[in-house]
Amino acid sequence: MSETAHTFADRLRARFPGAEVSVAEPRGEVGIEFPVADYLAGCEALRDEFGFESLVDLCGVDYLGYGSDEWDTDVSSEGFSRGVEGRGVGRFRYGETMSREADSFEGQVVQGNARRRFATVAQLLSVQHNRRVRVTAYAADDALPIVASVTGIWPVANWFERESFDLFGIVYEGHPDLRRILTDYGFVGHPFRKDFPLIGNVEVRYDEEKRRVVYEPVTSVEPRVGVPRVIRDDARYETAVGEQTARKAGN
Amino acid sequence: MPNVIELDYAPQNKIAEVLREQSALDNAITISMGPQHPSTHGVLRLELILDGETVMNVKPDIGYLHTGMEKQMETKKYQQNIVITDRMDYLNPMGNNLGYVMAVEKLLGITDDIPARALTLRVLLTELQRIASHLVWLGTHALDLGAMSLFFYCFREREKILNLYEAVCGGRMTVSYFRVGGLPYDVPSGFNRMVKDILDALPAAYKEYHTLITGNKIFQRRTRGVGVISGEDAVAYGLTGPSLRGSGVNYDVRRATPYCGYETYDFEVPVEQDGDVFARYMCRMRELEESLKICRQALDRLKPGPIKANSPKIVLPERDEMKHQMDALIHHFLLAAYGFAVPKGEVYHAIEGSKGELGFYIIADGTERPFRCHVRGPSFVNLQAIPKMCEGALIADVVAIIGSLDIVLGEIDPLSCPRAVVREFAGNSEDVRRRADRRRGRHHRQPRHRAW
Repeated sequence: MSETAHTFADRLRARFPGAEVSVAEPRGEVGIEFPVADYLAGCEALRDEFGFESLVDLCGVDYLGYGSDEWDTDVSSEGFSRGVEGRGVGRFRYGETMSREADSFEGQVVQGNARRRFATVAQLLSVQHNRRVRVTAYAADDALPIVASVTGIWPVANWFERESFDLFGIVYEGHPDLRRILTDYGFVGHPFRKDFPLIGNVEVRYDEEKRRVVYEPVTSVEPRVGVPRVIRDDARYETAVGEQTARKAGN
Repeated sequence: MPNVIELDYAPQNKIAEVLREQSALDNAITISMGPQHPSTHGVLRLELILDGETVMNVKPDIGYLHTGMEKQMETKKYQQNIVITDRMDYLNPMGNNLGYVMAVEKLLGITDDIPARALTLRVLLTELQRIASHLVWLGTHALDLGAMSLFFYCFREREKILNLYEAVCGGRMTVSYFRVGGLPYDVPSGFNRMVKDILDALPAAYKEYHTLITGNKIFQRRTRGVGVISGEDAVAYGLTGPSLRGSGVNYDVRRATPYCGYETYDFEVPVEQDGDVFARYMCRMRELEESLKICRQALDRLKPGPIKANSPKIVLPERDEMKHQMDALIHHFLLAAYGFAVPKGEVYHAIEGSKGELGFYIIADGTERPFRCHVRGPSFVNLQAIPKMCEGALIADVVAIIGSLDIVLGEIDPLSCPRAVVREFAGNSEDVRRRADRRRGRHHRQPRHRAW
């Protein structure tokens, strides 16, 4: 690789002033985030001008609940049980809604890089230059996320976009055949959304009287939380990094 | 926010379109191949639109194997997810482990701290896995094409490799042997000898495979010039691994972006130019040789040494240390109870799996479990090229083409979501009562029937 990640990122910045280019160190991964309106044109330019002739991966992401925890330590005066009430993202019963305004993305304190709720992330590969880049675009509307389809640029995106539509409900505008791909016939909802419970909404059993398989709301599985999702600011990771640098300096 | 979006994508329009397509052909018939067809290697359904025996179009239908692994991974700690990766491409569990573990190591920034012995063992075991995976492919591919005996010869060799895995980690197919930061424990004594025995037996076995099938006239007639895909199309359809290299494109992740020290091993990347089933066959057969070469080199440089990175906040301490040192005990407790938190960030790490590029895209949000984990399974992508390869082929060729892609449905569908919780069949009310009583410890005595 003759060109470093940083010079490549500078080249991207010069070509796409509206986009946000980032380099993850120390791994040297280059990421580019397009405004959703420029996404299609940007991808086309990446293929034609930067030689990214192949798309290796494309997936949807639901940023609902990004960087939020399940263990609300404010209630410590009353004490809390080991099994937290299953009300966090994706852990509620059928028919229930989430606690803590988690169902409205607007009301949340969004940390990190999440600007909107839904994003589509593509990994591009240039075989000729031996280079990779990650392309991100956040859908503008959380209620009906729409992103342009890149199947016209890379035919391989077809199934990836169908998968993302199926699992997240992201609509890819201009996709030739946007059907569900993985879920059951007649499936309702988009299961990889964070507000879709892990155990699903329906269970099936064979009904003796009707003499067929029937779908019913889940009752046999409790949405129990063994260990809640907690963010610990105990600097364990920082300590580990610090120790490593100290060791390296010592060597 | 409602979870459901009503869309007018109108499947009935699609059906009408298919019907129009069909009426355009005079004698077109549609038949369903699978999901219970043996040569679809699992639960894959292909909708074949035929004109006589010629395939006009193929529509793959996937998603019969619902497990929702990616969603499960979001609720489990980083180290627990290694177990889930075993079950994805179940012919390549070591490779899956490696891809996932390395992605997490990248996020943590400890990639450079993995000791040499751990890296060498990772390479050695993954290459053995590639051999084992290719052997299953070879056996089933030949079986699909009517050559029965090769299957047994391939499984004979593969069995030895699985036995080795059992000796190393107790699992034959669900190995879970690689950990974030190295390996959980060292290989057993006598490991080198066992590997050497396996490797020494392989060249003769390879020779047998070639004798049995490569020069076989029937095999050649069924594979040469069948399922041709050009290099440009292969890249555009995202083919990777031997399926891509069979079309003359020289791309191998181990060469392009080396990991685990692959740049220091001496091996060739086999490339074939024809782009047909036979070219893909030859690619994999030559890869078997190359993997053997890598294994030999790895075995030679396997020296005693540490197998875990020296980062106690991430790697479990040794059992012995834990019993005598206070801080090791604390680390052990924290790691077992809470796991390790991974700093915010996202990573895409790809390795060369046995079927192509196996990529893990992980988004971390500072907690001890991944916020999102997406697996780029090579089978999922390679399968997409089937309609292109099957254009104008015969039905029998479809079987050969599926075999030449080496798909594993476990890798295509696990990415999917749970269909529904299947409740145990309750039976009639008498059964239910019996079962409930048995749970409570009451046993019904069966009425005795007297013989007289």
